[in-house]
Amino acid sequence: MGAVFDLNHPARTVDWHFIHLSVANVLVIGVMLIVFALAVVLPFPGAARRAQARRSAGERR
Amino acid sequence: MSTTTGTSDASTAAGKRSWTVRTRERAVEALPPDKLLPDGQPTYVASWIYVFGVAAIASLVVIVGSGVILALKGPAWWHYTGVGHFFNSVHLWSVELFFFVMVVHLWGKFWMAAWRGGRARVWVTGAITFLIAVPCALTGYVSQQNFDAQWISTQAKDAMNSVGVGAFFNLTNFGQMYSYHILLLPAAVIALVIAHVLLVRRHGVVPPFELQKASTATVSADASAGDDGPSSREAPA
Repeated sequence: MGAVFDLNHPARTVDWHFIHLSVANVLVIGVMLIVFALAVVLPFPGAARRAQARRSAGERR
Repeated sequence: MSTTTGTSDASTAAGKRSWTVRTRERAVEALPPDKLLPDGQPTYVASWIYVFGVAAIASLVVIVGSGVILALKGPAWWHYTGVGHFFNSVHLWSVELFFFVMVVHLWGKFWMAAWRGGRARVWVTGAITFLIAVPCALTGYVSQQNFDAQWISTQAKDAMNSVGVGAFFNLTNFGQMYSYHILLLPAAVIALVIAHVLLVRRHGVVPPFELQKASTATVSADASAGDDGPSSREAPA
């Protein structure tokens, strides 16, 4: 059965000064950066509702 | 009656001297049950950036579970059977996921300076866990018993020799690397993760910078009431 990706060749690399990374590793690092940014920006499900409930509970006291 | 009471007092006095009682009292003092298993978490924890720590623990559970099965069955099974291939892949990709979420967790905690508020040991145990996890994974790659492992081990052996520790860590020695991979290094990682989580429970999850001033003010008020933990608890879901 053939592989989805043809890996039967030397790895393609990104070279810049002393930095020497395979394209696969650069892609993974890029995805990690995107996930990190999304985790900071995207609202967490139910966070606003819980904060509102807490504020309401505080007002009742 | 008085004899019974006297015996009981003597037992209590003897009990206070025993190491089990002292250990229990110190453990409860360091981590009271309501801190160890709290009713809820502060509201600021309801953010995606706080998810990656527990995602790393979930990945670690899958790593250990699949690794136990691989260790039980052996190299011939994971190379020559379909189910063995499956568990080999589960083990590999859970490791990849572990490092992925651990790095995002590390970035998140670094940029929110998670060592604030007396949490230095929380940060240090997390950082050391990351450093120990790297050779834990490397010894796994060289324990595969295939050409990939042979290639990686000879390359890594050069690296070990170049820094002068090749006599102690022989990456072409399958037995030594396998022992490191399935016993010594995982035991260290698991022990550090347990310590890390217990320290998080003790000191509370670090608040984001925006809440720092408000939290400090509230904690100061709480401190006078005898509570040094996170103050903005929410009701259980």
